Amino acid sequence: MAVLHSAPKFVSNEGVIDAISKSISVWLIDAQETHGEIIFRVQRGAIEQVLRSLRDDHQYQQLMEIAGVDYPDRAERFEVVYMLLSLTKNHRVMVKCSASEDTPVPTVTTLWPNAGWLEREVFDMFGVTFAGNPDLRRILTDYGFEGHPFRKDFPLTGYTELRYSEEEKRVVYEPVELAQEMREFDFLSPWEGADYALPGDEKADEKAPAAPPAAGEAKK
Amino acid sequence: MTMQREESPTTDGAVINNYTINFGPQHPAAHGVLRMVMELDGEVIERIDPHVGLLHRGTEKLIEHKTYLQALPYFDRLDYVSPLCQEHSYVLAIEKLLNLEVPIRAQYLRVLFAELTRISNHMLNMGAHILDVGAFTPNLWIMDLREDCMNFFERASGARMHSAWFRPGGVHQDVPEKLLVDIGDWLDNRFFQLFEDAMSLVIDNRIFKQRNVDIAVVGRDDAIAWGFSGPMIRAAGIPWDLRKSQPYDVYDRMEFDIPVGTNSDCYDRFMVRVKEVYESAKIIRQCLRDMPTGPIASSDSKVSPPKRAEMKQSMESLIHHFKLYTEGFHVPAGEVYVATESPKGEFGVYLVSDGTNKPYRCKIRPTAFSHLQAMDFMCKGHMLPDATAILGAIDVVFGECDR
Repeated sequence: MAVLHSAPKFVSNEGVIDAISKSISVWLIDAQETHGEIIFRVQRGAIEQVLRSLRDDHQYQQLMEIAGVDYPDRAERFEVVYMLLSLTKNHRVMVKCSASEDTPVPTVTTLWPNAGWLEREVFDMFGVTFAGNPDLRRILTDYGFEGHPFRKDFPLTGYTELRYSEEEKRVVYEPVELAQEMREFDFLSPWEGADYALPGDEKADEKAPAAPPAAGEAKK
Repeated sequence: MTMQREESPTTDGAVINNYTINFGPQHPAAHGVLRMVMELDGEVIERIDPHVGLLHRGTEKLIEHKTYLQALPYFDRLDYVSPLCQEHSYVLAIEKLLNLEVPIRAQYLRVLFAELTRISNHMLNMGAHILDVGAFTPNLWIMDLREDCMNFFERASGARMHSAWFRPGGVHQDVPEKLLVDIGDWLDNRFFQLFEDAMSLVIDNRIFKQRNVDIAVVGRDDAIAWGFSGPMIRAAGIPWDLRKSQPYDVYDRMEFDIPVGTNSDCYDRFMVRVKEVYESAKIIRQCLRDMPTGPIASSDSKVSPPKRAEMKQSMESLIHHFKLYTEGFHVPAGEVYVATESPKGEFGVYLVSDGTNKPYRCKIRPTAFSHLQAMDFMCKGHMLPDATAILGAIDVVFGECDR
């Protein structure tokens, strides 16, 4: 497919999958190139070895980001995605592994010092634990927060709200109380409309009245 | 480092080893809501534990509940000092998933305004940095220049800060011809006079140098390992600029240089930004010179809305308009990571689409996160007042860091 977009262009992906797959083949589950992005899916337990190999043998010197993604339907519902950047080759790859709530991912703070906060963020938002991270505290949410807000089953409004209480002279936490129902617009198919029944709709479902018998048949 | 024991008059003669103090979250030099728990030995910093997240608004979660177009204005509100550069990453990510062609004039306009945003960002950062280390006047002068930039944004988009002007497929509206002329005039007749005046007060100033030179020296290897980007990595002497190495829009047509530092201290970080302002001005001049006329939004009517006049005439356009602003457009399933050179460094968007009209997941890579994480590493062994200089040289904005 011809490239029409004007997003950042880095060095061609040609041959990259083969070259890297060869050196991480033991741990590799699959490798794919879509939308111009190379993604390696690897075994969770080997994430540190894989990233070490990419850093030391393939010149991906920088870990730019670790992202968590939640797919509640899967057996291991979380994906942890590592974005690597090579300053010398001018190339980017992504490496991902899956995880669930109780299967820790090996830490990569041993490879990059900045992995510490990135892993803390994934832990905070999704509840994925990282084995070996020396400082796995929450990072973005409030002190004493419970739950993992970026999970798909965590409501957008959250569970608690806070306000300053004039009586107690401090900030108090209370369960969320919405003045009106949370409006969730689903415009995925506006033509099909809403699924509530309007008066008169029941007529559409009733059995159509039988056609009046033809004159000749009625006599018999 | 050996601990110094001292007898404090405030503790009735008791011996204190280390102090632990809170820097922020209401400290004027914390650039927003940063709380740093500092362990001090006298006035020397032993350890810093930055607590971020006080401005966490769950932007990424909110984006999952909006259509692609509705999610766009959230990006202005991340790094509210350089809004258009944040939008840039996001629209490019969508365009990459859609493989959407952007008209050449729109690309020029985006580059022009991204660079104008870079100038306005650096005006604020440099002003604040200078203020943090004790000089007052330059901040007032260059804030005036930032105000000029805001006026330009307002004339282009109608909003001074939260423009929401970059759209998937182009920009929202074309700019008036007079605006382009005025930007050129401003560069020629006003900007540099005022900017150079302000800089002449600081860059050779003895106090400014004492506060910045040799503060928080980060070696090349450390800068890479800590995930530095933008002026922070360039100050370490690595000529890495995504506009040059991974060009997007029409940056590959632009001629500009990448300023690098030699000493990798706070002074170099500041000077890299000073030089970047000149390079940005160069790019703006080239944009003004070369910008062709033509459409400013993609011709794909499934993504960019029809013109108002067309809507009055054509049923097709009316339908497209209605569909775009209710259902939005569908983006093919897939995932991309698109990073652009925001004024503060690499600002990335990891966009996961499941083929519907809403992003399945939108992970934002803030520039400040990696830099701020290195605070402990950079501050160790420096004095307490150096922390503000280091923080100023990082150029941190918490809307973006905490998301």
